Amino acid sequence: MAKTQTLEKGETESHVGRRDFIVVATYAMAGIGAAAVAWPLIDQMNPAADTLALASIDVDISKIEVGQAITVKWRGKPVFIRHRTEDEITSAQSVDMGDLKDPQTDDERVTNPQFLVMVGVCTHLGCVPLGQKTGDIKGEYNGWFCPCHGSHYDSSGRIRKGPAPLNLEVPPYQFASNAVIKIG
Amino acid sequence: MSADKFSNPVVRWIDHRLPIFSFMDHELNEYPTPKNLNYFWNFGSLAGISLVIMIATGIVLAMSYTPHVDYAFESVERIMRDVNHGWLIRYIHMNGASFFFIVVFIHIFRGLYYGSYKAPRELLWILGVLILLLMMATAFMGYVLPWGQMSFWGATVITNLFSAIPFIGDSIVTLLWGGFSVDNPTLNRFFALHYLMPFLIVGVVILHLVALHRFGSNNPIGIDVSGPQDTVPFHPYYTIKDFFGLSIFLSLFAAAIFFFPNFMGHPDNYIPANPMQTPAHIVPEWYFLPFYAILRAVPDKLGGVLAMFGAIAVLFVLPWLDRSPIRSGNFRPLFKIFFWVFVVDCVALGYLGGMPAEGIYVVLSRVATAWYFLHFLVILPLLSVIETPKPLPQSLSKSVLGGAAMAGAASAVKEKVR
Ligand code: HEM
Ligand code: FES
Repeated sequence: MAKTQTLEKGETESHVGRRDFIVVATYAMAGIGAAAVAWPLIDQMNPAADTLALASIDVDISKIEVGQAITVKWRGKPVFIRHRTEDEITSAQSVDMGDLKDPQTDDERVTNPQFLVMVGVCTHLGCVPLGQKTGDIKGEYNGWFCPCHGSHYDSSGRIRKGPAPLNLEVPPYQFASNAVIKIG
Repeated sequence: MSADKFSNPVVRWIDHRLPIFSFMDHELNEYPTPKNLNYFWNFGSLAGISLVIMIATGIVLAMSYTPHVDYAFESVERIMRDVNHGWLIRYIHMNGASFFFIVVFIHIFRGLYYGSYKAPRELLWILGVLILLLMMATAFMGYVLPWGQMSFWGATVITNLFSAIPFIGDSIVTLLWGGFSVDNPTLNRFFALHYLMPFLIVGVVILHLVALHRFGSNNPIGIDVSGPQDTVPFHPYYTIKDFFGLSIFLSLFAAAIFFFPNFMGHPDNYIPANPMQTPAHIVPEWYFLPFYAILRAVPDKLGGVLAMFGAIAVLFVLPWLDRSPIRSGNFRPLFKIFFWVFVVDCVALGYLGGMPAEGIYVVLSRVATAWYFLHFLVILPLLSVIETPKPLPQSLSKSVLGGAAMAGAASAVKEKVR
């Protein structure tokens, strides 16, 4: 029992446990150090300051006729702005919440019911749905249709059928005046 | 002993200090290789050569390519029109990716049929699956570089797959993009990674070869080599056979480059990327189609993504799913049938992945996807229990000399010859 012979008076085997603790602590410190070094190398991939700074745009909506839509670019993504017809507004408002995959009333999605503003990016895998231009396929719910994997959105941009899990996203925006909205 | 092997004194001087020549002699010259390898064993060396071709053409392409959203498309067009031999180099790289995948897919199905993933070659197999994954990532990022419509929308759809991960999915996607959509930062980092990953592949290929040379090649009858009578030296027997295979491969490759260079590509990728408009029908490169079909077959976003990654993950555990001790499909009558059904299933998935996700195609994709997983998770484990294999030859050389699978028949022939 070589080990016990080297023990000082009053010491017990338990100092082996203390040594284990030092080993574990050393590994832990090395691990934390490695993570601290790795973090800047990974975080540099996140959006840079200038990318973040491109965050808001002003859009003139006074020229959009009833029934027309425009697409503007915000943060590299298309934003749909649609001047809805009375029919589209009433049909969007009269939907039974039970029919929706991602339940939201039309009111929650608009500031002014005449103008529907949303990010034109399918919530499935990011394609741009069709339905902005006259003559586009609008899908089974007379809103937008994503051709990539077949998602159908209604006239409030809510998902009704297909693989997309969520309604088209409403970006933060406000009416700067009656004619101009500020997105972002 | 190895020092006297070389007559050239310079080689001997070097080899004494750095035994690189002994190493090459051992692994590429005298390396004992089963006598009975068929042409399916050519595809490993073809894959290695494809990798070298991709790296060589890639590095010279990078000398004229500009990874910026405003210039990328034009720099590729400039390579095609103005850079000396640029069209040739790009067409080699572009078609090379397809040929690389053809070769690797055949190489993998070879392994599946002849049971090359079984003990003691499990790690060899796993390293191979890892190479496949790295190749897929490399090819995906390479396809983004010319910044055409398919580049852009392929990148958008594939990066968005990660948004299906609960809670952290969106942060991961933002991290991948370096912004709020696929944009210049994305293109830049994809170029950096596309340059890096082939060299990681080289690293894994080296490990793959180290694992291979530990026990040597499997062979068409799947029984172990029992001694020197079962093998021939790699050189000249298999070097010449590999070169012959290579000449055929290069002829087909050249035919594609010179006569149908865009056959395996998509015309929409000659339209510059437009973030505001998705093409009517987006499809990935052909080699991703089976996986794309699996993704779309599942009606749930997260489920689809899991199934797609699962289709590769299941290959990693294959050595523990197929418990049959018989390696070669030649001696497994039931396995053989299911193997070919599986091949048809994979081809069908490839076809369905290219079709629109509507009507009958959706139904068929679901059936084919279900079968894919059924094959690995149910059929293979079950077969290893219920199947009665055919008798194995007694030794590798007997099966070669006798021609027949039956050991008795083989020795009978030998008796007669005597
Ligand atoms: C595993 C090996 C590799 C594979 C599978 C691969 C695959 C691809 C693919 C599919 C493309 C798109 C071709 C097109 O449609 O235009 C591409 C483009 C490109 N690759 Fe690679 N690549 C590999 C290695 C490399 C290496 C080592 C480099 C060195 C930097 C490189 C540099 C490039 C460049 C600059 C482009 C853009 C030019 C173009 O589109 O033709 N590649 N690669
Ligand atoms: S991206 Fe729109 S349905 Fe898949």
